Amino acid sequence: MALLPARAPLRRTLGLLPAVAIILAFMVVPVAIMAVFSFLVPRSFGGVEWTFSTDAYVQILFERMLDDSLRFSPGYLMIVLRSFGLALLATVSCLLVGFPVAWFMARRPPGERNLWVLLITIPFWTNQLVRTFAWIIILGRNGVIEAPFRWAGILDQGATLGLMYSNLAITVGLTYTFIPLMVLPIYASLEKLDFSLVEAAADLYSSRLATFRRVVIPLARPGIIAGCLLVFIPSLGAFIQPDLLGGGKKLMLGTLVQFQFTTARNWPFGAAIAMVLLALVMVVLILHARAARPHPAPGGGQ
Amino acid sequence: MTTAGAGAARPRAGAGGAGPAAVALRDVAKTYGRGAHAVEALRGVSFEIRDNEFFTLLGPSGCGKTTLLRAIAGFEQASAGAILLFGADIVDVPAHRRPVNTVFQHYALFPHMTVAANVAFGLRRLRRPEGEIARQVAAMLALVKMEALADRLPGQLSGGQKQRVALARALAPAPKVLLLDEPLSALDLKLRQAMRQELKQIQATTGITFIFVTHDQEEALSMSDRIAVMSEGRVQQIGPPAEIYEHPANRFVAGFVGDANFIPATVVGEEGGRVRCRTPAGLVLAAGAAPSPPGGRGTVLFVRPEKVGLVPAGQGTVEGRVRGLQYLGDAVLIEIDIGEALPLVASERMARLGQAARRPGDRLGVVLDPAALQLLAG
Ligand SMILES: Nc1ncnc2c1ncn2[C@@H]1O[C@H](COP(=O)(O)OP(=O)(O)O)[C@@H](O)[C@H]1O
Ligand SMILES: [Mg+2]
Repeated sequence: MALLPARAPLRRTLGLLPAVAIILAFMVVPVAIMAVFSFLVPRSFGGVEWTFSTDAYVQILFERMLDDSLRFSPGYLMIVLRSFGLALLATVSCLLVGFPVAWFMARRPPGERNLWVLLITIPFWTNQLVRTFAWIIILGRNGVIEAPFRWAGILDQGATLGLMYSNLAITVGLTYTFIPLMVLPIYASLEKLDFSLVEAAADLYSSRLATFRRVVIPLARPGIIAGCLLVFIPSLGAFIQPDLLGGGKKLMLGTLVQFQFTTARNWPFGAAIAMVLLALVMVVLILHARAARPHPAPGGGQ
Repeated sequence: MTTAGAGAARPRAGAGGAGPAAVALRDVAKTYGRGAHAVEALRGVSFEIRDNEFFTLLGPSGCGKTTLLRAIAGFEQASAGAILLFGADIVDVPAHRRPVNTVFQHYALFPHMTVAANVAFGLRRLRRPEGEIARQVAAMLALVKMEALADRLPGQLSGGQKQRVALARALAPAPKVLLLDEPLSALDLKLRQAMRQELKQIQATTGITFIFVTHDQEEALSMSDRIAVMSEGRVQQIGPPAEIYEHPANRFVAGFVGDANFIPATVVGEEGGRVRCRTPAGLVLAAGAAPSPPGGRGTVLFVRPEKVGLVPAGQGTVEGRVRGLQYLGDAVLIEIDIGEALPLVASERMARLGQAARRPGDRLGVVLDPAALQLLAG
């Protein structure tokens, strides 16, 4: 009997081993490999030379001149900024579209809600590539949007609205792809929200807007933050949408990484960019951890 | 009958003052859903609640009390009829513009705000000056004895404390009418009894008209100036507690407000304001008639257990035999077979019972005083 307490921790440690092994094999090792590769030198047709070098990182901000001097080159920095901007834009548009959807779902009768959750996840059932292609049919030349204009003679035969291959198209694609990731966590927090609190706010002279600001948003905050993270992080690294809808001209970090590993065959550079992406995500997550720390609002909406 | 020392802020008009009623309901009806699934929650409710009155809506679960309260608060649109607040029709006024506040059944305190912020919420939305808000919040917290916990979050409070905060929050904007939906039902018995007195006291102090909803007849009887007894979406009777208890308008009210004996009976004659009734077993008894005309479902004689007099065998109006006893501590319930389909239940105080303990099978006389016996619509 006395042995049991001493054994329990050991057994618990052994029990955790599979989980630890999976994390090691599928997360720590790949990231470590990537980190190592980012400090090596590329071989001409892919792969790496085992020579230490920080060139891959230097390359992100500087261009090496013929005389071996470095010149600041903002090209890749622009891509980082654009990635951030577009991911932010996609997050905001997901929030603006997703919140009302989540509210609508949470206000359905309880029996009906699961059906709506199911409907929201339908886009996940098909391939992301196919779904993104669908947007080309909608936004593209002679697409669903342009066709009526052309038919009505407002748009000349040769002209186009230029919806495709733009930041707008990428944002639309990202929004469409990731919106379930915004809707579901917000729905989860709104579903838990006691609707009598909304009535209590109205009872205490709050207009709809004030009720929304002082009661609904603060209580849905965990869901909103989770949704924003779930949309922002994959948007930052997305490569299908910028590639197909941005036409390869509007590069984002994800596209750049993919490009370096495939066409350009510069693995260390691809790995270095991926590390930068990882660092950016870490920063966002740390900010989240700070924002999500529970704290009362003593002012109560002042 | 109200606590005189409470120092009412306004003169009590509850006893029938001039001026418009605090709340007037005119044929208010509410139907949820439509077609086969329609539920008629309110069916033509009309009555008036006076200013400064402690008014109680009493009825069993599902009779429409909450629906009526929500219609007054503005959370529910009445299907028909008019609701007047101090003479002004408020049907088109949205909930957040009605000078009416609610104490919700499960409190509905804002979980992300402190006690003080909860109490200040209404005043902030009314854009009162900060100084006034601070003063009013302090006064309200003092009124409900919660000053010490002003900085707590609702999650850190007990049920009774939450109840107090909910009350302070609803009182803070000084509404003209306060609506309370079974505010005490989630509390344990002792706390509930203590809160009754306190609520009554606060109503008297603030002079605000209270509309209090409960399904607990004891609560209603002990607190109210007047009670409206409801059943199936209709008001069955309105009156002061004693009148409701002593002179119920029909069988439903008699049975719901306190314990009651019902003996089926038909009228066989009338004399001097009393009626003579015959029971199925052939007893002929004199009784007072209820004010309302008997309905279609026949008539019953009604008497409360404590009004059934017990005397030695041979001396009563009716002879009976004890069938069973139920000990209640302060009183004992005695089931007496008087030859009717159902036994008569009498309640005897232990103090009065003395050494004359009764046993099943004992013979005794039963006195059914015509003043305590009433003929009601079934
Ligand atoms: N939102 C609603 N939808 C449909 N029926 C309702 C709704 N609210 C209440 N009811 C029905 O209306 C009747 C009265 O309900 P309620 O006013 O809550 O009664 P009480 O408060 O007296 O228990 C009940 O039969 C109830 O089932
Ligand atoms: Mg109710």
